[in-house]
Amino acid sequence: MQVSTADRIKDLRAHIMRLEGFRPASGSWPGTGTSSFPWQSFPVGAVHELLCSEMTDLSPTAGFIAGLLSHLNGNKDVILWISASRNLFPSALAPFGLRPDCVIFLDAVRERDVAWAMEEALKCPALSAVVGEIRDLDFTASRRLQLAVEKSCVTGFVIRKNPRTITTTACVSRWRITSLPSASDDQLPGLGFPVWKVELLKMRNGQPGCWIVRWMNEQFIEERSHVAAALGERKAV
Amino acid sequence: MAARYVSIWFRYLKTDWCSLDRPHLKTVPFVLRAPSHGRMVIVATNEYARAKGIRIGDVLADARALVPGLEVLDDVPGVWDKLLRRLAEWCIRFTPIVAVDPPDGLLLDATGCAHLWGGEGQYLAAIQNGLLNKGYDVRVGMAETPLVAWGVARYAVSTLVPAGQNTEALLALPVEALRLEFEIADRLRRLGLHKVRQFISIPRPSLRRRFGTEFLRQLDLALGRESVPLEPVIPIEPYREQLPCLEPVLTLPGIEIVLRELLDRLCTRLEKEQKGLRTAVFKGYRVDGKWVQIEIATSMATRNRDHVFNLFALRFSSLEPGMGIELFILEAPKVEPYAPQQEKMWDSSGGLDDVRLAELIDRLGNRVGASRIRRYLPDEHHWPERSIKLATSLQEKPMTTWPSDKPRPLQLLDPPERIEVTAPIPDYPPMLFRYSGKLHQVTRADGPERIEREWWIEKGRHRDYYCVEDEDGHRYWLFRLGHYDDEQSSEWFMHGFFA
Repeated sequence: MQVSTADRIKDLRAHIMRLEGFRPASGSWPGTGTSSFPWQSFPVGAVHELLCSEMTDLSPTAGFIAGLLSHLNGNKDVILWISASRNLFPSALAPFGLRPDCVIFLDAVRERDVAWAMEEALKCPALSAVVGEIRDLDFTASRRLQLAVEKSCVTGFVIRKNPRTITTTACVSRWRITSLPSASDDQLPGLGFPVWKVELLKMRNGQPGCWIVRWMNEQFIEERSHVAAALGERKAV
Repeated sequence: MAARYVSIWFRYLKTDWCSLDRPHLKTVPFVLRAPSHGRMVIVATNEYARAKGIRIGDVLADARALVPGLEVLDDVPGVWDKLLRRLAEWCIRFTPIVAVDPPDGLLLDATGCAHLWGGEGQYLAAIQNGLLNKGYDVRVGMAETPLVAWGVARYAVSTLVPAGQNTEALLALPVEALRLEFEIADRLRRLGLHKVRQFISIPRPSLRRRFGTEFLRQLDLALGRESVPLEPVIPIEPYREQLPCLEPVLTLPGIEIVLRELLDRLCTRLEKEQKGLRTAVFKGYRVDGKWVQIEIATSMATRNRDHVFNLFALRFSSLEPGMGIELFILEAPKVEPYAPQQEKMWDSSGGLDDVRLAELIDRLGNRVGASRIRRYLPDEHHWPERSIKLATSLQEKPMTTWPSDKPRPLQLLDPPERIEVTAPIPDYPPMLFRYSGKLHQVTRADGPERIEREWWIEKGRHRDYYCVEDEDGHRYWLFRLGHYDDEQSSEWFMHGFFA
């Protein structure tokens, strides 16, 4: 049987991605089923980078990660949250579908301990995910994280708090999460469900994308009506 | 050689122990109390309280009426067995065989020991003075059988029974000296038999008929016709291994070899005893007379050689060999029982019980400090700062469910930050607020949610919380402290950010 060159290259690509620790995850989140992700699904067993240029982006970013993790994980899995200046309130993780008592916080004194601890933790297969708040991540450091992940298949999230410079990293993707006015279906007064603009700025073996997402009933729900407006806004920028 | 036994009677064991770290109690009447059948009963008295007529078993209220300035402490159950055991271990300096004799005594097999102190009189004096220096008032009796030694320590004037005079000494003792049950001793007394001398010549069958076989057995024990083996206290050997080196060790590979060797020995012993270490110290004595050490601690008991070695390896940089180390010592000051885990074929369970997770936490904790690794459990407080508490161990389970009925921000500021707010009164949410130099226009708001101070913990004003959203879509958690008031202007605070 003749195998076409294109098929063979596709197979080889898939093989390389598996070597790099990629695993497609089950569940539904923004961009599932589109060409944004390899295998049309969010890759676990990789390190993702999330930009937080402003302090106000930190909460939506943390909420987005918590929402993702609640879908990626079983209910029992342990998450390690490493930070040098943490404000995260464990109780508030419960509405995002995580069990706050399964989250272990490491409050490092120095910034450089965060990167070290994150690398150590990513090597441990007993964890399901590691979140690290790192301000400056250079290429070498990100390579080290990626190498750690390839052995253990733990998912890593690097939150770049107020980065001084944004350079190339070895992380598999780069995201930016910002909050938008909250939504309620029936025009009730008061706050509705949180709505975020999820920008996928970079994705290895995938396409960048942008979605408006509402977090409702412990699920991501895409806001179709917002898309046009947001995309228009993006073009204007 | 005739057997010799020493019985030590701690006359005021509990109160003496309590006054060790409270010197002011040494010279005043002082008792320990414990609840019994709904009232407070005295379970131990000291010398002064006893002299005032207070006895064990009296009701505390009566005793207070008798001695107005009576000092009272709560009894600590469970301590006394350990205390006796510690004292027994201390007494091993007098004889290798020491047994605990609850509730308030020790029994020493002193056969062939006394001559080392220059005679039995000096031997007893040494024991008595030694314990007196430790703060315990004791009476020490010595005889050929344990029971007579017990009796003379408590009931005789002369506590030393010379060899060969065991029976004579027994004859002069009161019936209680035989350690009889209360009913039997009482029956003997009512029959007018106050001393052992008075019934020793009564034929055994009639004694058995009247007082039972147990009574005869006690008599035989006292006379040495029967004996009960002692259960000697064996002190736990410290978990400590050492390795002297022929040549001083200077290099890191050398130190690693030494540590592996010592760990192997220590862990082999721990395996035999089903224990695991929680802390370990690795010491090196250098040629120049100084010593260096590194310490580690683990979050759960372990005897995994590689894991402990890796923990030490993180600290090797602070171990300065100087001119060379000639003696290495590895100690485990804290060990815990540790049952071997069943090896799983597929260990992919994850979860908080995973050994690999505990080992990771140890590695991280030894570098950044174990107290900086935190896990939280829900606590039953509605005050936001107190609604979570630190978990003490990885295995601790939450006692209550996580509350999710009220909105709580993903980021909580500690402490809350003061902000300037424009709000219509009364109780409307803010219209405008200024936070970190920026003016925010409120577009949507929820609230107020009033959270009262927990008055049984602290005083202060309540908080009225509002969830607000500004025109950029950022969501905040604000609160106003207290009511709108004429005297005080209302204070507003920023307390957190929603996702």
